[in-house]
Amino acid sequence: MKAVVTGLGVIAPSGIGVERFWPAVRDGHVALATVRRYEPNPYPVRVVGEVRGFGPDGWVDPRVVVQTDRFTHFAVAATTMALDDAGLDPATVPPFGFGVVTASYAGGVEFGQREIERLWDGGPEHVGPYQSIAWFYAASTGQVSIGNGLRGPSGVLVADEAGGLDVFAVADGELCRGASAMVVGGTEAPFCPFSMCCQLGLGLLSTNEDPATAYLPFTAHAAGFAPAEGGAMLVVEDERAASDRGANARAVIAGYGSTYTGTRCFDRSAEGLLRAAETALADSDLDAGDVDVVFLDALADQRADAAEAEALRLLFGDRTDRVPVTAPKSGYGRCYAGAAVLDVATAVLAIEHGAVPPTPGVHDCRFDLDLVTGTARRADIRSALVLSRGQHGGNSALVLRRPDPITRGGE
Amino acid sequence: MRRRVAVTGLGVVAPGGKGVKAFWELLTSGRTATRPISLFDAEGFRSRIAAECDFDAAAAGLGPAEVARMDRYVQFAVAAADEAWRQAELDVADPWRLSVCMGSAVGGTTRLERDYVATSHAGREWLVDASLASPFLCRALSPASLAAEVADRVGARGAVRTVSTGCTAGLDAVGHAARLIEEGRADVVIAGASESPISPIAVACFDAIRATSTRNHDPEHAARPFDRDRDGFVLGEGAAVLVLEESAHARRRGAVVHAEVAGFATRSNAHHMTGLTAEGVEMAEAVRHALAQARLGIDDVDYINAHGSGTRQNDRHETAAFRRVFGARAYQVPVSSIKSMIGHSLGAVGSIELVACVLALVHGVVPPTANLDTPDPECDLDYVPHTARERDLRAVLSVGSGFGGFQSAVALTGVRRP
Repeated sequence: MKAVVTGLGVIAPSGIGVERFWPAVRDGHVALATVRRYEPNPYPVRVVGEVRGFGPDGWVDPRVVVQTDRFTHFAVAATTMALDDAGLDPATVPPFGFGVVTASYAGGVEFGQREIERLWDGGPEHVGPYQSIAWFYAASTGQVSIGNGLRGPSGVLVADEAGGLDVFAVADGELCRGASAMVVGGTEAPFCPFSMCCQLGLGLLSTNEDPATAYLPFTAHAAGFAPAEGGAMLVVEDERAASDRGANARAVIAGYGSTYTGTRCFDRSAEGLLRAAETALADSDLDAGDVDVVFLDALADQRADAAEAEALRLLFGDRTDRVPVTAPKSGYGRCYAGAAVLDVATAVLAIEHGAVPPTPGVHDCRFDLDLVTGTARRADIRSALVLSRGQHGGNSALVLRRPDPITRGGE
Repeated sequence: MRRRVAVTGLGVVAPGGKGVKAFWELLTSGRTATRPISLFDAEGFRSRIAAECDFDAAAAGLGPAEVARMDRYVQFAVAAADEAWRQAELDVADPWRLSVCMGSAVGGTTRLERDYVATSHAGREWLVDASLASPFLCRALSPASLAAEVADRVGARGAVRTVSTGCTAGLDAVGHAARLIEEGRADVVIAGASESPISPIAVACFDAIRATSTRNHDPEHAARPFDRDRDGFVLGEGAAVLVLEESAHARRRGAVVHAEVAGFATRSNAHHMTGLTAEGVEMAEAVRHALAQARLGIDDVDYINAHGSGTRQNDRHETAAFRRVFGARAYQVPVSSIKSMIGHSLGAVGSIELVACVLALVHGVVPPTANLDTPDPECDLDYVPHTARERDLRAVLSVGSGFGGFQSAVALTGVRRP
C-alpha cells in the first residue's frame, strides 16, 4: 500500500473539528446525552451521541443544503476541513487524479422519511425533485465530488461499520492505479423516527438512560452501544505525490485485511477479526509484536466483546495484557459507517501526539486486556491497528504506521 | 505475474424470464419486457410502466423463512447467485479466499416504504410499534445485508462488500470484485448486483424529475434509447451474478472460462448530480483507462454495450464519449442498449449488462436496441436496431452513467482474446 494521510476533517459528538475533538477524546470526556433530534418518548433508546451546534450554513452551499440530507452536510463540511488541514487545493491536482470514496450505513434516511410522508400524505405529486439525489447512499460522494471538482475515481460502500475501513483499501487501490489523492471517509445522521424504528431491530442498542453508563464495552455491565451521528473525512495521497508537494505525511496506511463470519454470529467473529488483523499486518510487513496500540470495535455486547478479546489473545499470545487497547467511541457513541473512520482519524492523532486516548466511562474491564481507561497514556506509537465489525458479519482491520521507518529486530 | 480474472459462472433474474437461457432468448429475439406496473396500484403516477420480473421465490428454491427475511432484491440476488454458483461447479477449498461483492443503488427501499406505511397507519400518523414492522426491517436500512445473504449462500469467509454508486453500482461491483482478485486478496469472488425499486416512492421520485417515460398507453415500445421519439427511461428490476475466478485457479481445476474481466475504471463528472455534459469527457476518460488496463486498442473492441437509458441527455452524452475515444472507428463498432428490452434496473443493470456481454462473446451475437425506429439525428452510430446480429467478438466494452456524476467502464475479452 502506498497511501499517506495528509488531512483530517472530523465532525463528532465530542467535537466539531480536530481542535475540539482531540482534547475531548484525549481527556476521556463523555459526550453522550439524552436525545433531542427525535421525540424520545415512544423509543426505548434515549442516550445517543448527537453532534450539537452544527448547522450547514457556512459549510454547505445554500442551494445544496435543501437538496441534501444531514449526513451529506456532515460529509461536505468534513471534506472542507480535511482539504484545509492537508493544505491541498484540488485545482492543483491533475484532472481525473483526485477522487472520493465514502462508506454509508443509513444514507439520507431523514430526507427519505420526509418524502415518503409527503407521498403517503399528499400523493405522488408532493414528492420533491431532490428525493432522487438526497436519500441514496451515493449522495455524499456525489456532492463532495461536485463541490470540490473531483473528477477522479469515486466509490461508495455500504458495509455497516466495517465499511469505514474498507474505503481506505479502495482508495489505496485507486492510488496504486495512478490517482494522486483521494477523499476518504464516512458520515452518518441516523436520528429520525423511522430510522430509529429500523435500528431497534438490531437488538444491539443500549436502553440504559444514564449517559454515564449507557455504553460500557468490555465490562460486566455491557448491554449495547449508544448510536451516534457524525463521522470523518480524510485526505489520503500517494506517498510520492504528497512528498513532491512538500506535504506533511501524518501517517501511512500500511495494510488492510477483511473477512466475513456471518450476520450476527459474533461468536465466530473472533477468528474473523484475527484473520483480518493478520492479513493487515502481513500486508504492512509487520507482525503482531510491532503493534503499539489497538483501536477496538467495542460493540458492548457480551458475546461480541468476548470474541474481540479472544481475537486479541490469539493475535498477541503472552503479550496480550501488555498491548494498550482502547475504545474512545464509548465516550461519544457508534456512528455506524463513520465509527471506524473516526477511529482511523483518532489513531492518526494518537500517533502524532504520542498518546493513547482512554475508553471513557469504563473502569472495570472484565478481560485480561490492557484497556486504557481514565486519562490518556503517553506512548511512542509507531504502528496502530484499527478493528471494526459490521452487524452483517464483516470484520475489517487497518494498520497505520508513523511515517518514519521502523527498525526491525533491535527493539 | 499479473493475476487475471476469468468469468466461470453466470446467473440472472431479469424481466422477461428467469435464468440465463430465457434472458438470452429475450435479448436475441428483440422482444421487450416493459409493461404496465402490477407490483402496486400506479393510478395517479405520471409514469405507470415498468419492466417487472415474474419471480417465483419458491420455484427459485427459497423457503418461507428466507422469503420473510429477504427483501425482494435480495431474493433476486440469491437466485442469480445459485444459478451462477451451480454453473461454475466450484468446490472451494479455502472459504477465506472466497469473497462477495454486490451492488445496489437503493437497496431495501421497497421494504422501508412498506414498513413505514405499516407503522404509520398509511402515513396518516407517525407511531412506532415494532410489532407492526417486519422483524427484518433493520436489514433494509443498509444494503450490506445483500452481500451478506449471498455470502451465506456460498459459504464465503473472505471480504464481503456491497457497492452503492447509484446506477453504476452494477459495473462497479464487478470492477471492485476483479480488483480483489488482481490485488491477491481473493481467488474467487461472487460479483453482481440486484435491485427491486418498483415501489411508489421510487416511481414518484423519478416522476418528480421527469426522468421516466410516460408512454403509458404503449408500454412495449416505451424504452427507446437513441430514438428521436424517446421520452425517458422505463424503470426495471432484476439481478445478475458472475463468478469471477483467478485465471490460473480456473485453469488448474479445468473450469469452463466464458470470458475475462480485463479492465475497469470509473471517473466522475463533478458537474451535476443528475445532469450530463454534452461532451462525455469523463466517460471517455473511464473508457480509455479500462481499455489501457485491459491492454486493448480501439480496434480491438468489437461491441459496445451502451448505458442507453433513453433520456436525450444520456444518449447524446455517451455518443459523444464513444466518438471521443474511438474516432472514426466509432462508426464501425456496433453499439446497443438492452435497456430497450429489460428497462433500467438502476444499480442492478450494470451487472445484467455484463452478463449480456459475456453471452455476446460466447455466442458471437450482438443483442439489438429494440424500438429504434428513427434515430435521433445527433446519435449517428450503429445502434443495431431491432434485430440481433451475428459477429465474431473478441473484446467488448460496457459503460454506465449514474446519479452523482459517476461514469464507469468495464472491458471484457473472450477466450479468443485479441
